[in-house]
Amino acid sequence: MILALQLSHFSAAVVFAFFASIVFGITQRSESRDMLRYAGYCFMVFVVGMWLAAWVMWLLHH
Amino acid sequence: MANSEVTTSEVRPKAAAQPFTAMAAIAPLVGWLIPGGGHLIQRRWIRGLLLLISILAMFEIGLAMNGKVYQPNTGDLLDMLGFVGDVGAGGLYFLARMMNWGTNAIAVAVADYGTKFIVVSGLLNVMAMVDAYHIAIGKKQ
Repeated sequence: MILALQLSHFSAAVVFAFFASIVFGITQRSESRDMLRYAGYCFMVFVVGMWLAAWVMWLLHH
Repeated sequence: MANSEVTTSEVRPKAAAQPFTAMAAIAPLVGWLIPGGGHLIQRRWIRGLLLLISILAMFEIGLAMNGKVYQPNTGDLLDMLGFVGDVGAGGLYFLARMMNWGTNAIAVAVADYGTKFIVVSGLLNVMAMVDAYHIAIGKKQ
């Protein structure tokens, strides 16, 4: 591969959430507006869930 | 006798509401080989392009992060499931195998994310295939 990418854990998770949310939005809803709203909702749940999980892991570690 | 025949025909389930058309077979197949292709051949241009960009980007980012592309195997269960996920990416998976991408040993911790990106891009492509099928049979606009 020509391209080599080094993403941090956080940025990798945000990129993952972004693209997965787009596909979720398109495939799980019928109307354009609903797709957009659902994609935004999924992205928010991904990011907030990740943020909470990170804090839980930090608390378990300390 | 005649009564029993009438009863049988009444019990028999009605024909499916949406007829199975050639597009219902072709759209998922094209969608498997080319992410978003099932939508594009049904003139859902924006949806198809967004699916293509999203799935392609996830697959490529996974490879760029030194992610692993699973090969057919009968070893560890997770490896077998990884292969099933990867092969969902269809044409991208076969391209990666032909070009020998994703075979480098994982050298950094974040590369494991790359492996997950590749698996998930395949699974998302399966979702896109199912969506293309639903459009083809008229279940979704």
